[in-house]
Amino acid sequence: MKREESKGMALIEGSRLIMEALARAGADSYIGYPITPANLLYQYGGQRLDIMLAAPDEISTLQWMSGLSSTGRIPVTATSFPGFALMIESINMAYMMELPMIIILVQRLGPSTGTATNGAQGDLLLLKGMISGGHPIPVLCTSSFEDSWSLAAETVKMAVEMRTPVVLLTSKEEVMTHKSFDISKLDEIEKVDHKFYDNAEQYKSYLPKDMVPEFLPLTQNRHQVRINASTHDQMGILQHSTDEALANTRRLEEKIYHRMKCHLKFDYDQHENAEKIVLSYGITASAAREAVAQMRAEGEKVSLLIAKTLLPVPPVYLEILKKYKRVVIAEENMNNQFGSLLFGINKPEGLRVAGALGKMITPQQIIEEVKA
Amino acid sequence: MNIKILNTDSLPFCKGCGHNLISKNTAKALERMELSPLDVIMVTDIGCHGIIDKTLNTHTIHGLHGRSVALGAGIVFGLKEPGKKIIVFIGDGGATIGLQHIMEAARLNLNMSVVVHNNMLYGMTGGQSSGLTPEGFRTTTSADGSPFSGYDICALAHTAGAAYVTRVPGIGDISEKLVKTFSTEGFSLMEVVEICPSYGIKFNPGMKLNEIIETSGRKPGEWFNNRPVFTHHKGKKSENLLSKTPIIEPLFYSSLDKPVSLILSGSAGEGVQLTATIIAKAAMRSGLHVTQKGSYPVTVGVGFSTAEINISKEDIHFHGINIPDLVVITSKEGLNHSKRRIGLMKKGALFIDQTLDVPDTGAEIITEDYRGIGARTASLFAAIKCVTKTKILTYEAIFYTIEAEGLDKKLPVEKIKTALGL
Ligand SMILES: Cc1ncc(C[n+]2csc(CCOP(=O)(O)OP(=O)(O)O)c2C)c(N)n1
Ligand code: SF4
Ligand SMILES: [Mg+2]
Repeated sequence: MKREESKGMALIEGSRLIMEALARAGADSYIGYPITPANLLYQYGGQRLDIMLAAPDEISTLQWMSGLSSTGRIPVTATSFPGFALMIESINMAYMMELPMIIILVQRLGPSTGTATNGAQGDLLLLKGMISGGHPIPVLCTSSFEDSWSLAAETVKMAVEMRTPVVLLTSKEEVMTHKSFDISKLDEIEKVDHKFYDNAEQYKSYLPKDMVPEFLPLTQNRHQVRINASTHDQMGILQHSTDEALANTRRLEEKIYHRMKCHLKFDYDQHENAEKIVLSYGITASAAREAVAQMRAEGEKVSLLIAKTLLPVPPVYLEILKKYKRVVIAEENMNNQFGSLLFGINKPEGLRVAGALGKMITPQQIIEEVKA
Repeated sequence: MNIKILNTDSLPFCKGCGHNLISKNTAKALERMELSPLDVIMVTDIGCHGIIDKTLNTHTIHGLHGRSVALGAGIVFGLKEPGKKIIVFIGDGGATIGLQHIMEAARLNLNMSVVVHNNMLYGMTGGQSSGLTPEGFRTTTSADGSPFSGYDICALAHTAGAAYVTRVPGIGDISEKLVKTFSTEGFSLMEVVEICPSYGIKFNPGMKLNEIIETSGRKPGEWFNNRPVFTHHKGKKSENLLSKTPIIEPLFYSSLDKPVSLILSGSAGEGVQLTATIIAKAAMRSGLHVTQKGSYPVTVGVGFSTAEINISKEDIHFHGINIPDLVVITSKEGLNHSKRRIGLMKKGALFIDQTLDVPDTGAEIITEDYRGIGARTASLFAAIKCVTKTKILTYEAIFYTIEAEGLDKKLPVEKIKTALGL
């Protein structure tokens, strides 16, 4: 797009787009604990959302969010690996309790404290296995400023519709870099309708309706509400391992697979007769787009797949990749995390990987792998 | 109105367990207060005391070990409805692992009540010592008696700012104290010292509760703070974060024909990041697309300060800069930070202050006096020289931007113009 054609150019960062989109979609509380590179989100969350609270640590952050969620609010936080690690037990709690909330994970270079001001894409496998039992937690990943807007709004919808914590995965370079961006072209965002159970019959906190139980805050006095993070029956009463209780635990996984079909997000830019495809996500998607544009300008036939719904992994990705002789996966880590999610140890012959540690993958690097 | 709090007389605890007494007295207290069960939200921790949920007619929420006070705090934060009572049941074990949450709720003086079931050990996991186990008390993990004294949870909560704190032995009728605890406006905590027959009595046969309380120095009592109760801070809110990022209209012309990447590298305090914003916005005012990012150590006030800018007529996908086209260096720290990438340059230009050693590079080298104008303006001065000499931007676009951003009062504009020979 030529600059002259754009009417609403602003110099803006992804953080601002994410927080405004979350607010418009209905998120109403921000709980924060400072950590680079998520601090801008904290600042904007505090400015924009009705409630802003400074938690004393990230375990408190998630607990406060869970409490807020149980009263019918839609809370948000943003963190990076060190804080996320502290949250994991509590995210499991919210997952089991079926409380809607949004956790923005801004990736930075690890392990451990690593380098706070260096980007990375190293946390995907952590997300994959973070719920005890291996149950999937929904993860969307931004690959552009447009995504920072539309996917952020989508996470609110998902959290409410599926009654679950949702992770919005991003990284340092996406939320902290300023870019000239046409904000007049952003899609309208509709406020998500957080519906509550409205029936005279006895309420059961975990009675599924199309797999997802209806929600009712703890703060009304029409029906008793029981919320439970231990194995429980449909009433929300703790059980060791009754059939009903285990069915409930099984449902937690099934509901995500069932309902995620409506939240399948990816860009497939198919090039006619191409035998090669580049697959990327997150920050590296920008290098992949550039690489593919350059190669096509030189007459190379190459397709591009940008994954946005990362977890649970949508089967459609494999169906697409199957059609190509050469698959190049580009992601900023050393161990091709998305590749191992897709293929396990059965990596196909034509697979090549563009990876990096501590620096962004360049378009050139991707081109080399496509041509190799 | 059915105001029964418990739905059964048979509670799920061992015979003689102090938890029985607390639960029954809690029900009695709430009934005496004439609270409807559905105006009560019981938050329970993990531990024997936490399995009370199913016997309650109140709302119940059962979370993690030690985190129930923080979970309850979240409910207090979210509450819109008046007249609700939030009560947390937690053990001495939960109070140990989750001590921070109790301190925080007391500090904020959240309107909630916490009942610490202090049986001086981790009952549910087999009777190990907790942070509240008194000196000399024998447990599964201290057969000779605990060598350390326990936390004084009441003193801690009181010091942290709780409105009301009390310690009582778990003997007889404690409902009156519970009424007082639950009726407190603000954060209240009641520690009930009690015995777990299955482990406490097993390891300390014949030991009397009152003796333990006496020898441990944890005397019953009441402690008060008169402090404001938590309310949400009503700060000014933004109604639209996008309205804070003004639209930048293209008013000027640029003769840039292919994308260019620029690195500004200097030291903290030299205005490097501000310069980058000015250049980026001036480029946008010249009808160009930009990306801009900063890099500096976490101690923002010292060390290097580097900014990376991409400028292009077309939309920019990739904003990383591997080998830059242009580099502007105004200090030694800036030079050190960018030396590697300067070394990779095979073309383009390096603008470097005349006092600095010129590194090996394939770029054209332009050495000038940038710092002479003053260290705080060095980066802006050098960057203007760079982007005008290379015909990326015009002086008009830059100085218009400085004025439009309201920076003409803060920056020595006239001095810069004179130095540029304008
Ligand atoms: C994070 C975590 N660590 C450890 C445990 C195991 N655990 C379950 S109950 C409990 C002790 C409970 O002791 P207390 O809080 O004193 O309650 P009581 O059983 O004595 O009533 C522990 C350590 C856990 N559930 N979660
Ligand atoms: S083990 Fe101890 S604390 Fe737990 S119920 Fe039995 S007596 Fe009570
Ligand atoms: Mg105990």
